[in-house]
Amino acid sequence: MIAVDRLAEVFVEVADTLVDDFDVIEFLESVTRHTAEVSDAASAGLLLTDAHGQLQYMASSDTSVELLELFQLQYQEGPCLDCFRTGTAVVNSDLHQAGEQWPLFAPRGVEAGFQSVHAFPLRHRQKVIGALNLFSTNTGHLEPTDVRIIQCLADIATIGLLQERTIRSAEILTEQLQSALNSRITIEQAKGVLARTHGIGVDAAFDLMRNYSRANQHRLSDVARAVVTDPRRHPELTTTH
Amino acid sequence: MMDDLTARMAVANRLIDDEPRRARGRPGTIGRLERLCSALTRVLPATGVGLSLLTDDSYGGGTVAASDAKSRALEELQFTLGEGPCIDAYASRRPVLEPDLDTHGTRRWPGYAPAAQEHGVHAVFAFPLQVGAARAGVLDIYRAEPGSLTPDALTQSVTFADVAMGLLVDGQARAGDTRSSPHLDDALANRLEVYQAQGMVMVDLGVGIEEAMARLRAHSYAEARSIGDVAKDIVAGKLTLDRDTT
Repeated sequence: MIAVDRLAEVFVEVADTLVDDFDVIEFLESVTRHTAEVSDAASAGLLLTDAHGQLQYMASSDTSVELLELFQLQYQEGPCLDCFRTGTAVVNSDLHQAGEQWPLFAPRGVEAGFQSVHAFPLRHRQKVIGALNLFSTNTGHLEPTDVRIIQCLADIATIGLLQERTIRSAEILTEQLQSALNSRITIEQAKGVLARTHGIGVDAAFDLMRNYSRANQHRLSDVARAVVTDPRRHPELTTTH
Repeated sequence: MMDDLTARMAVANRLIDDEPRRARGRPGTIGRLERLCSALTRVLPATGVGLSLLTDDSYGGGTVAASDAKSRALEELQFTLGEGPCIDAYASRRPVLEPDLDTHGTRRWPGYAPAAQEHGVHAVFAFPLQVGAARAGVLDIYRAEPGSLTPDALTQSVTFADVAMGLLVDGQARAGDTRSSPHLDDALANRLEVYQAQGMVMVDLGVGIEEAMARLRAHSYAEARSIGDVAKDIVAGKLTLDRDTT
């Protein structure tokens, strides 16, 4: 379990990204990074549902997880899907024992170097709107306290999407979800632009864009949109040397 | 892979196919968008549906299709007044869902909301037509009764907005050809490679995002391949679209 003083800092850091006009993708990435840290899991990823009721990839603590999340979405199988369908957390699933439960996903997770997985629902009232997925490289157990802390982080992710609690919250949630999903698409388009411009892979293109955004204190989504629609605004990023 | 979204888009396209042609209906893409508005009005149901195109340099736009004269008037009114859900949805790049024009909606749009109420409309839902950074306009749904869209109605609305965006993108590439091309519709499904490929085609061809999307779809259409497969090849570096062909 994580030290209490560090835990307090984690919640402050996550809350700190919830300023006015925050970047939703950066916020969700920060939730995944901190989830990985407090749980001692190697990596974490986050999926949200779209208006079709289908989960979509939103953020992860590192790119190795992105592929595993996409694998679950493509084959509609895995802890995130189970968690989303049932609305209950999947905790301490040993991937070596999960071949029957997830015949496609379990071997893939082992291959990627992970031993165990967990998934926590993002819930708004009675509705499950997404899932937070953890991947561990050891078979270490999440204790009940860990489980509560991670569920809190999942709840913070939902609160962040809602921003305000009003009677219009169902409408606001839909608006935010759709906006977040579209931001993700914009980021993928920008990754394509930068990958081709610099002759690099899409993951390297993402790192380039994120590092540039952080170094210049720009919102990641704004930079991504400019890369696609008005690349001259960021010549350092969009021209080759 | 035939997923839920692909299936829903196919159903939406069939509903639009089934919608009778208007007596003085417009040809081509606009005619199909008009039938899309009528079909969505029928399936939701709603009082009416309108579709306007907007541009980045000004939020003054043009209403291109509507299910009926009243919805068209409500679309145009927003541009006259310079305020309304359609303009907000375009500017914020997110849906604007206002289930109660009489209270919250009136505070939001002091000019537009009362005018809409005079037309008997008490709820309005605006969906941007966009794919990532590419955006074309907004689809507006009008209802006489205040109240939220049900989850089903929301899904329908988003699906029809996706179909409309596809029509507008394709309309650029092959004007006048309004055949629905169902095998292309996984363009909007959960394939991150499709979006990455759109960005790559921009650089390869030296075009904007909307044009890149159109070229990617046109290429898939010409080769009778799914757009997901074509995108995979582009991202893997196995395929580059030529500048002078589709």
